[in-house]
Amino acid sequence: MGMTLTEKIMASHSGKPTVQPGETINMRLDMVMANELSARLTFDILEQWNVEKVFDPDKVILIPDHFTPNKDILSAKITKVVREFAHRHKIKHYYEQGRAGIEHAVIAEKGLVFPGETLIGGDSHTCTSGALGAFATGVGSTDIAAALLTGEIWMRVPPTIKIEYQGKPGKYIYGKDLIIHTLSQLGTSFATYKAIEYGGDSLRYLAITDRLTMANMAIEAGGKNGIFEVDDVTIGYLKRTSRYLEKPQDIIKLRADKDADYENSFMLDISGLEPQVAFPFSPGNGHPISDAKDIKIDQVVIGTCTNGWFEDMKLAASVLKGRQIHPHVRVIVIPGSVAIQQRCIKEGLAEIFIDSGCVFSTSTCGPCIGGHMGVLGPDEVCVSTTNRNFVGRMGDKTSKSYLVNPAIAAASAIAGQIMHPDNL
Amino acid sequence: MLLRGKSHKFGDDISTDHIAPGRLFHLRSNLPELAKHVLEDADPEFAKKVQPNDFVVGGKNFGLGSSREHAPTIIKLSGVSAVLAKSFARIFFRNAINVGLPVLICDTDKINAGDELEIDLSMGTIKNLTTGTKLTFSPLPDAMIRILNDGGLVAHIEKHGDFKLN
Repeated sequence: MGMTLTEKIMASHSGKPTVQPGETINMRLDMVMANELSARLTFDILEQWNVEKVFDPDKVILIPDHFTPNKDILSAKITKVVREFAHRHKIKHYYEQGRAGIEHAVIAEKGLVFPGETLIGGDSHTCTSGALGAFATGVGSTDIAAALLTGEIWMRVPPTIKIEYQGKPGKYIYGKDLIIHTLSQLGTSFATYKAIEYGGDSLRYLAITDRLTMANMAIEAGGKNGIFEVDDVTIGYLKRTSRYLEKPQDIIKLRADKDADYENSFMLDISGLEPQVAFPFSPGNGHPISDAKDIKIDQVVIGTCTNGWFEDMKLAASVLKGRQIHPHVRVIVIPGSVAIQQRCIKEGLAEIFIDSGCVFSTSTCGPCIGGHMGVLGPDEVCVSTTNRNFVGRMGDKTSKSYLVNPAIAAASAIAGQIMHPDNL
Repeated sequence: MLLRGKSHKFGDDISTDHIAPGRLFHLRSNLPELAKHVLEDADPEFAKKVQPNDFVVGGKNFGLGSSREHAPTIIKLSGVSAVLAKSFARIFFRNAINVGLPVLICDTDKINAGDELEIDLSMGTIKNLTTGTKLTFSPLPDAMIRILNDGGLVAHIEKHGDFKLN
């Protein structure tokens, strides 16, 4: 019997020729990541264990990005602990505030995991790297501590669910629309404990960044991971990463076996699909934009780890260009990384954002977690390109968020209500 | 291990933002204080009502969302001895085991708010002392029982120096 993408990676990292769903393995880790929040708890545990050395300082990624630039004194204390740990242990991939960006964007653009490699991270959206053919999953701080000690994690091999997209996407349809549509059709727990393998002909109309958005939100389906096969688009992206530029190397063109066994397969036809809006309070509460009538808004967030890729910035700017944000609305644009921010400046996008009346922010998780840089007040309504709209997620528990792609977010910012760009 | 306490009922899709929202993360270095707000966005009175050894009883997909380990940790700190649900989100489930909070999958429609329950973790049985009914749950995999019996993954590794799951 052949293997799925996830099974292949798990087998190769547990010293086995094959693995079966349900089997418990000790999986070798190529990278272990934590942000300042998960790291802080992890370090307490390591201290309790008297751990003096991490398994391999070159395989550890530490990126303070959630409440940075330090939101308050407590955030400053927490990032100080992370910084000191990183220096003491000579952590290779420690990235200071202002020098890299949001963890998942940084991991992708630096090529910290390549196809066929394994990553666990103390953040649920670690699954983003599945877009590049890696096995990547989020875990808690205790698992990170054990991984920093041993370089391994115990995992149950998940059954794989295949989702294939057919049909040509229409205008203003992106990865965000495909994943919201998927969640609205299949629910927010159809992949719990399972691997999602995305595929289908529609992908050839989409960019690698659309895949990154879709892999990012695999966790919104409950998935352990969400992964794509490696093709020329993936290879093209990886050849621009700092890892490849420093040291050109063979990249595995990882593909699933033809006779791989899937627990379930779904075919979604996306021809004729309208841009999708996930209504409060679930990413699974997706509706076509034509259902979103007269929804007045107070704030718009464009960017972060879900849709903060350069292509997203370009898309938002193309709608905002030459227009003004609605007087009652404030807009916060957050590029996923410093490199993306820099490109926005070089290519004139920053000017478009600022001219139209947006806050053009440094990279941070900030408002997505109701942390800082745009927290919602009571009864406020937000349109956001982020990945979650749970009760209280972005601020006060009476606030509401609608999840959309960057073009819809930009058009809504101008209209002051949820709006398709064609109707501006 | 025998657990006995009162049920506190919640619905489907209780997220980590219901349990430990980001806006309260100024308390994240002070877990006992954060625990005073546990599940606040689902039931503002819960933290005041909960008694030591009580149970949180949810519906489908309990604990969806973030990987923040604070979520199961503060449920445990509030005195809750186990979470029962029809299903759990995977990161929450894993974190709960790692911090030593038992998580049990069963048909929670058969449990009402305020019911007195007696749970036998190793037998996989739940006696509803209020209604007189009995429920069963699939016992956890051995690896997880070992971690729970040691009091969580931290205590497990302290005891054995490494994973001793098989």
